[in-house]
Amino acid sequence: MSDFVLDVQNVSKKFRRGEMYDSLRDLVPGIARRLLRRRPAPDLNRREFWALRDVSFCLRRGEAFGIVGGNGAGKSTMLKLLTGIMRPTAGRLRVVGRLSALIEVSAGFHPDLTGRENIYLNGAILGMTREEIRRRFDDIVAFSGLEEFLDTPVKRYSSGMFARLGFSVAAHVDPDVLLVDEVLSVGDHLFQQKCIDRMNAVIHSGATVVFVSHNLQALSTLCPRSLLLERGRVQMIGPTGEVIRTYLRRGQQERAVDGDRTIGLTNVITHDASRPRNQFESGDKLYITVEAQARARHEDMSVVIQIVDDNQYPLFDTCTQRLGAPPITLEPGQTLRCTFVLDLSLAQGSFHVNAFLHRYVTNKPFDSWRAAATFFVSGAEEVRGVVTLHPQLVTCDVQSGVAVPPEVRPAP
Amino acid sequence: MFQAMSETFARRELLYILAWREIKVRYKQSVMGLLWAVLMPLVIVCSGLIVRYGFAQVSGTPLALTDFTSVAVKAAPWAFFVAALRFGTNSLVANTTLVTKIYLPRLAFPVAAVVAQLLDFLVAAALIAVVLGFARTGLSVHMLWLPFLIGVLIVMATAFAIIFSAASLFLRDVKYLVELFLTFAIFFTPVFYDSALFGRWASLLLINPVSPLLEAISTTVIQHRGPALGWVGYSVVFTGLLSVGALALFAKLEPLFAESV
Repeated sequence: MSDFVLDVQNVSKKFRRGEMYDSLRDLVPGIARRLLRRRPAPDLNRREFWALRDVSFCLRRGEAFGIVGGNGAGKSTMLKLLTGIMRPTAGRLRVVGRLSALIEVSAGFHPDLTGRENIYLNGAILGMTREEIRRRFDDIVAFSGLEEFLDTPVKRYSSGMFARLGFSVAAHVDPDVLLVDEVLSVGDHLFQQKCIDRMNAVIHSGATVVFVSHNLQALSTLCPRSLLLERGRVQMIGPTGEVIRTYLRRGQQERAVDGDRTIGLTNVITHDASRPRNQFESGDKLYITVEAQARARHEDMSVVIQIVDDNQYPLFDTCTQRLGAPPITLEPGQTLRCTFVLDLSLAQGSFHVNAFLHRYVTNKPFDSWRAAATFFVSGAEEVRGVVTLHPQLVTCDVQSGVAVPPEVRPAP
Repeated sequence: MFQAMSETFARRELLYILAWREIKVRYKQSVMGLLWAVLMPLVIVCSGLIVRYGFAQVSGTPLALTDFTSVAVKAAPWAFFVAALRFGTNSLVANTTLVTKIYLPRLAFPVAAVVAQLLDFLVAAALIAVVLGFARTGLSVHMLWLPFLIGVLIVMATAFAIIFSAASLFLRDVKYLVELFLTFAIFFTPVFYDSALFGRWASLLLINPVSPLLEAISTTVIQHRGPALGWVGYSVVFTGLLSVGALALFAKLEPLFAESV
């Protein structure tokens, strides 16, 4: 028991929809209504809902733990309970040591104060002592890259500068437990890389990290274990890869051919030769299986698959027609199932599969499904970018006395 | 309740820095800067002097120098009390982003608001000390009461600030009630006059727990006499009960802050 730094036991949190009594004007009719009715107003209970229900998990020292879930799943409420901003309606929650949160990192800033003054203010708000801040001041400034603007009031900062300064202060609090909520979207990609490096350093220093993000790639590299929340309940706790797979499948299962549609794509999965997978090594074989169902006769069809990056930029596409398959015809009630296999010459990152059901000749789409499946690629350490072109070093010699031809000599 | 207190004490640097922020922000982008701290009590003293002059004209008694010094010596604590309550009441509502987004001992906000007002009070007090020196008020052993009396006043202001700041997070009406109360309180507090002016009704005025403290400050500093112990005792007991009540209330309401703003 004692080696758990963070212990959450059957925690529930109830919220209320709509407005509360906020002034006397609302209070008086509210009380009158209550007095007139014998029983407490029944709509009171209808207005309440559980933002979290019976959530339990324990974290050991030095563990990095992810929380995954869609919007409204209760992730932010969980973090607010962990920080102590809110108290749970029921259940028990224990944190050992200093907890620090990379959430709303700029909330403590005062717009009229300068960057320098705000570093001291925000540091104190986040729980650092003045001595600690003084000691780390130069690191904080260097991390933020805002040396020139230290004596400018932060109200004159751009929103990016504002957020960077906030993150820089928060990142230099030495916590025992660190909570991170979607702050990696701050700044340009160089700053984001700095943030991820900093988080890795915090994890390696032995702190416990709880990481909430929609950036599944970052989540899967940082956290070995994760929790999947859905509508306030724990769906699963386990290895991050499995949790992400479950999470992604949940969003995608709810597709069926119904209503006016008489044909449609029903399932798109990535897998290896034997079973479903969404984590691959660069150079693996990637299998994509697409299923479609028809409720009426459709003919002259082809299936198109497209690989896109996080910004839906197309990297690759192919289709049954181009691969030599004849036009597909489906009778009512028939299911189409086709499997592609690709050589995964991608560099590390997260990628999505778009699937389309096209008319064979005119390219009129019967159905399209964007981001139908998501997969991650790791490995290929030697390359950066989107694809790997399988580089090999042929020569790398140092030679002396070789005259550089005049036409390639740089202009003085 | 004790947990909240000890937590606030453990993070007392936060308290200093919040008070420092309050002071710093107040005088940023203002030409007069810290001169405002002098000007505010000066205005109260001057208006008190005018009122006092009016009294003297109507009643036909000459205006003594002690009338002036007694108004001065009461005006500064009163100005502090009013400002402390005003800023204290708003301290949580003004910081809702911090209250709802970051965890920190929230007790620090009203306390820091009161502490921030102490600087203005110190400046005004120094000024008054100089004035008293010129007026040849002199020193006496009774002046030793002064730190105690002012201490009680500070604690009382803090307790009120704690109650009102928490309450105004739930009901915005509190802010307006406090403003209303502070606007008219000057009539029910012996700042510009002495309670003795009211003869046998004087005790009615002294029920206002601030009154005995201000009167006592005036008696000890200006008249070099001991304070009315009974009434000062009443203020002290009132302050003690108020403080306990304030901390208990704050501890009870604090878990609801983030949801009820």
